[in-house]
Amino acid sequence: MKYVFDYAWLTQYWPVLLKGILVTIQLIAVGAVAGIALGIACAWVRSLGPKWLRPPVTAYVELIRNTPFLIQLFFIFFGLPSLGLQMSELEAANLAMIVNLGAYSCEIIRAGIQATPRGQFEAGASLAMSPFETFRHVILVPSLQRIWPALCSQVIIVMLGSSVVSQIATEDLTFAANFIQSRTFRAFEAYFVSTAIYLLMAIVLRQALMAVGSLIFPRRSPR
Amino acid sequence: MIEFSLWDIVRNLLLSARWTVILSLVSFIGGGLVGTLLLFMRIGRRRALQFFAKYYVELFQGTPLLMQLFLAFFGLGLFGIDVPAWLAAGVALILWSAAFLTEIWRGCVEAIAKGQWEASSSLGMGHIQQMRYVILPQALKIAIPPTVGFSVQVIKGTALTSIIGFVELSKAGTVVTNATFQPFTVYGLVALIYFALCWPLSKSSQILERKLNVAHRNH
Repeated sequence: MKYVFDYAWLTQYWPVLLKGILVTIQLIAVGAVAGIALGIACAWVRSLGPKWLRPPVTAYVELIRNTPFLIQLFFIFFGLPSLGLQMSELEAANLAMIVNLGAYSCEIIRAGIQATPRGQFEAGASLAMSPFETFRHVILVPSLQRIWPALCSQVIIVMLGSSVVSQIATEDLTFAANFIQSRTFRAFEAYFVSTAIYLLMAIVLRQALMAVGSLIFPRRSPR
Repeated sequence: MIEFSLWDIVRNLLLSARWTVILSLVSFIGGGLVGTLLLFMRIGRRRALQFFAKYYVELFQGTPLLMQLFLAFFGLGLFGIDVPAWLAAGVALILWSAAFLTEIWRGCVEAIAKGQWEASSSLGMGHIQQMRYVILPQALKIAIPPTVGFSVQVIKGTALTSIIGFVELSKAGTVVTNATFQPFTVYGLVALIYFALCWPLSKSSQILERKLNVAHRNH
């Protein structure tokens, strides 16, 4: 192997990488918050909501969970404009991530809701809570607490999956790596550095989400 | 300008779906073999091998599959080999599936009650014998539903190989779109074909899981 590794481009191109990192962070921040909100709404429909709403929500969840993210992205970015829904690369990427995480988190949150004992609903009602209050305080929060680790993993999977949005020219970290390799011809090094950054981001994101979990959920003694 | 009928589009997509299926099978089987090897390292007694398997899994689960594909594509090239896209795609997907399968199977092995290990070792069995006759037969049963479920992830993962230029269903979708200018129809159809491939697997994974739970309760 005669190849000589060269990382000298880093001095010139680190702002490009930094900008990519920021876009990726923005994508996952919006995707995670809106996606989990959508997931909660869908989980409510599928487990407690009106019967007529369940089939379309189930269809949405199954369709998203059984098709690749790349195709969802292409469908949104290239397919929807023919219906008159034009959007920028960043908007399409955001929408695709929200729709994707919404379906996956729906299934995770639903599992948490289903694990709630029946008596909890009745206990909430007996305290004169409205159905919404019961759902909000008695069902949802303990359910989220129960499935929080699984939800964190899913958010990280979506963050890593977001590397694909570079394919519709959203200027995320992968886009930055592609840009650098096309300028410097240092393909291996560019991808190696950005892979390391992704790994670091995944580790940091996991810690951050776990910290958020211990902040928003009331501490309880282990059962 | 040539007009393309719906059948032209569907036929071309279905023809390229073969490659999605073949690549999925190769990745899944190859990943299973490498994964088995890593599993034995992970639950074996050698410390160094345990660490290796642990960090292997961390590394592959903590980085995007797309980056792994790029690194395989350009990294193998560093050795002076001319890397065709299918080779890079196969290598990356095998290594990636191996990491996930190892982690799934490790969970299954650890779900086996500690008493089983103790009972078998009190019968004078060695590590290999314990695994062969006591642990693996039980772990295998729990492992089937999540393994079938993971095969869906592999099929969806193959879509990314289109980015390094391997012509499978997704790439064909892009090519056909460029020829027909009907992205809505084409990507809709591509999504449907993926759905037709994945949904039966997802469903059977769920059914298997339910069946297995019933068997558990009857013990």
